[in-house]
Amino acid sequence: MIRFENVSVTYADAPAPALRNVELTVPEGELMLLVGPSGVGKSTLLGAVAGLVPHFTGGVLRGRVTVGGRDTRDHKPRELADLVGTVGQDPLAHFVTDTVEDELAYGMESLGLAPEVMRRRVEETLDLLGLAELRDRPIATLSGGQRQRVAIGSVLTPHPRVLVLDEPTSALDPAAAEEVLAVLQRLVHDLGTTVLMAEHRLERVVQYADRVALLRAPGEPVLTGPPAEVMAVSPVHPPVVGLARLAGWEPPPLTVRDARRRAAPLRDRLAGRAPAPVALPAAAVPVPAVDAGGTAREGRFGALLSRLRPDRRNGPAESEPGPTESVSGAGAGGGAGADVVSARGLAVRHGRVEALRGVDLTVRPGETVALMGRNGAGKSTLLGALTGMVTPAAGRVLVGGLVPHRTPPRQLVRRVGLVPQEPRDLLFAATVGAECAAADADAGAAPGSCRELVTRLLPGVPDEAHPRDLSEGQRLALALALVLTGRPPLLLLDEPTRGLDYAAKARLVEVLRGLAAEGHAIVLATHDVELAAELAHRVVILADGEVVADGPTPEVVVSSPAFAPQVAKVLAPGPWLTVAQVEAAL
Amino acid sequence: MSRFPHRSGRPPRTRTPSEWRTPADSGAPAESRTPAGSRTPAVTSVPAGAALPGGLRAPRASRANALHAGAWWLWALGLAVAASRTTNPLLLGLLVGVAGYVVAARRTDAPWARSYGAFLKLGLAVLVLRLAFSVVLGSPIPGTHPLVTLPEVPLPEWSRGIRIGGRVTAEQLLFALYDGARLAALLICVGAANALASPARLLKSLPGALYEAGVAVVVALTFAPNLVADVVRLRTARRLRGRPSGGVRAVLQIGLPVLEDALERSVAVAAAMDARGYGRTAPVPAAVRRATTALTLGGLFGVCVGVFGLLTAGGGAWGPPLLAAGALAALAGLRLGGRRSARTRYRPDRWGVRAWLVAGSGLLVGGLMVVWDQPALHPGVLPLVAPELPLWPALSVLPGLLPAFVAPAPEAPSAPEAPSAPEAGPRTPPAPESESGRRPENGSGKESR
Repeated sequence: MIRFENVSVTYADAPAPALRNVELTVPEGELMLLVGPSGVGKSTLLGAVAGLVPHFTGGVLRGRVTVGGRDTRDHKPRELADLVGTVGQDPLAHFVTDTVEDELAYGMESLGLAPEVMRRRVEETLDLLGLAELRDRPIATLSGGQRQRVAIGSVLTPHPRVLVLDEPTSALDPAAAEEVLAVLQRLVHDLGTTVLMAEHRLERVVQYADRVALLRAPGEPVLTGPPAEVMAVSPVHPPVVGLARLAGWEPPPLTVRDARRRAAPLRDRLAGRAPAPVALPAAAVPVPAVDAGGTAREGRFGALLSRLRPDRRNGPAESEPGPTESVSGAGAGGGAGADVVSARGLAVRHGRVEALRGVDLTVRPGETVALMGRNGAGKSTLLGALTGMVTPAAGRVLVGGLVPHRTPPRQLVRRVGLVPQEPRDLLFAATVGAECAAADADAGAAPGSCRELVTRLLPGVPDEAHPRDLSEGQRLALALALVLTGRPPLLLLDEPTRGLDYAAKARLVEVLRGLAAEGHAIVLATHDVELAAELAHRVVILADGEVVADGPTPEVVVSSPAFAPQVAKVLAPGPWLTVAQVEAAL
Repeated sequence: MSRFPHRSGRPPRTRTPSEWRTPADSGAPAESRTPAGSRTPAVTSVPAGAALPGGLRAPRASRANALHAGAWWLWALGLAVAASRTTNPLLLGLLVGVAGYVVAARRTDAPWARSYGAFLKLGLAVLVLRLAFSVVLGSPIPGTHPLVTLPEVPLPEWSRGIRIGGRVTAEQLLFALYDGARLAALLICVGAANALASPARLLKSLPGALYEAGVAVVVALTFAPNLVADVVRLRTARRLRGRPSGGVRAVLQIGLPVLEDALERSVAVAAAMDARGYGRTAPVPAAVRRATTALTLGGLFGVCVGVFGLLTAGGGAWGPPLLAAGALAALAGLRLGGRRSARTRYRPDRWGVRAWLVAGSGLLVGGLMVVWDQPALHPGVLPLVAPELPLWPALSVLPGLLPAFVAPAPEAPSAPEAPSAPEAGPRTPPAPESESGRRPENGSGKESR
């Protein structure tokens, strides 16, 4: 169905080709998964299927790409539209019309299908993707997961024989991701659609793939084969495969179910051991040590503030008691006053929608908290309230003893730092060097301290590069460094692993563990259960703006099928969460 | 198949009847059904229909009975024509009130519907600006009731006729007020059309040959809101870097990233549109293609020459026929050109009885106001008299309210009020259920495990 014959793609101004001599054949009705570290040309390969590379991106394509017998050299993307459906990484960039139903119909209208056919297919697709309630909704009002499903639906309606998806589940919560994957599986099984997709979150998708194509490094030949065989040698692999390598299962199982059936001996071996979860010692050791340092700093700062406050705040006296009281509490050091975050009965409204209702949250220094919950549950809003970008409608929130939305940004940046979902938003300057210099000036830090942080987080980020030209991982490292320049005791990350490959994720985990050990409190809003399992001491689950679970990671996560990591599912009822824990115990 | 929980087919089937209900229903199911009807939301949601017997009530708005966008525009244009025919502030107020009532009763929660507020503000700004100009620059209206005398700026001899400052009279202010009010009313009528009918839907009714251009216009129109959203996002991001989010420097620093984002997004949208078949053409015989070109070009040429003939002296004899022939040829060209595009239309808005009623009511208001050309429509300011409400013109504005009764009623405006506001207090336990009813798509995924 899809054939790449000796394909090389070179973009203009690029020193090396993005793809070199790719040979790949995807037979009809197959679900092929494209894996590999970021920057190996996965998106280029996907774009070439729909003809967007090189018709839209520019560059030179050598060799031949044929889809359903049509050569992309002679066929523009629009002439392949009846054959290939493409959904890119950002669903928002995909939408042409303004309501869900029109969006589903747009592709069919372009192809000139009969009105009755269009009508029927729109209804079918609405049901298939569970979008019936949203049919009249303007697209701008949808949540991330809903948008992703509308985007997939909009390319499904013309019944393309080939579906090309670039990270279809990265932005989705686990349940929504499973729904999307179930739909894809159904298309492959029932309609014989050929699916080619790239995805970093292998733990979600690899069991659905018929074959896997591995791009190991830029310019290396594509290795294709059955998932188990490829996973056995792949540098990127889901945790269940990591567990299999550890336990020596050959070939590695890809699903939790298969792994569980083979895991009985492993469970027996582990049964006797006292489960030594890494989370607890990591939390227990540094907290007291750094607590003192942290409070000392807080104390001086707090004392300074409480001295400044009365004469600075004489005018608006209404908020007086709250902040000062708890600032002095922090200054006194020790007890409950040392909480980095304390929120009580926090409520936030966006217009008429109650985004948060009665949320209580406390975070201590050195603690890592994962905020989880489905798309639109209020995670980002909570982070916004902690950084003062959102004004609460009721309740109170204190960050480092200050009320965030009443604190000037310059002061707040030393208390709390947020890396937003799109780290790119933080970057304004034209070069990495200028960005770092600006961050030093903003935070009043010694010149060069931000640059030092960047090098520490991720070596090899060139000083003169444009922030937009960096890879996802590099950009995240830069944004993290910018935020950390202010040495905030509280660090917030919104969906940090989106678009990161396993290597970049592992580096991020290491960095965040280091920061937590230094006494930084970290709050992560994430859909990535594996990340939460590796990092978080505590998991807080939000649903419809309310906290529905709050407790130590093993307790919360193991009991929930949606939020349990693969290792926990395989080794349940044992409290094991990550491969590293098991490795350490064996 | 066994390794995969075959769940994809279930969302529609496992949904309980309550989940199929619309948000408005699930929000306040008990209230709207109890005969007592003691809760207000259900009643206020259909303000116009409440008094009518069930059969005559306007139906719930949905895609199937959506009013043709053109009907809303004709209605609004009718009101605008009426507004342009009078300076009587009472009549203008009545017109704005009529438009406002219809908007309040029939607009949805869609983003474009929020533009009405912006248009109201714009109208008010126009009014204030008109008054300010009149105060500062004076007015040719002579008046005998001086209110204040501003210090006058001495201007050189050559600028005679322009005055800055000086005497401000009541007559002059009143005249400016009337004039400004007329302009504001016009703007508000246009705003009403904008809020009631999505601009994109109107463009959907374009002839096939122009459709592609129409889509390009729609995409360009969405550019502005996206730009605003980008600016807001980047300003909050600036706050995260510890910089003040206001000021000229902030705008300058944000400017470049915003434009970069916008450019990237437009390229992405263009790629997506192309990949989804935008601009596909059907094979058309060369003869038809040539005929299209000839008809369109010839027609446009004919129209130009015809208009020229109409406007020049002595061209009265050959101008109109040439204009008509040119217009015909151009239309034929457009129609032939439509053959090149293979597109079809998905559920085009139908022009039904309700559309006739809505469009007719607006046109009736405009027409009647043109017919009643009486002095009461233009209350004098010399001498100062209180404007009176002329009976027949005032009555003839009222048909403009018809759309509030006949147009399908959207459920959206009442929906968010029902679950959030009244249930915050005593009805907390049922609230989560209504929430999950609103977004069952994720809930069902979780429950089925």
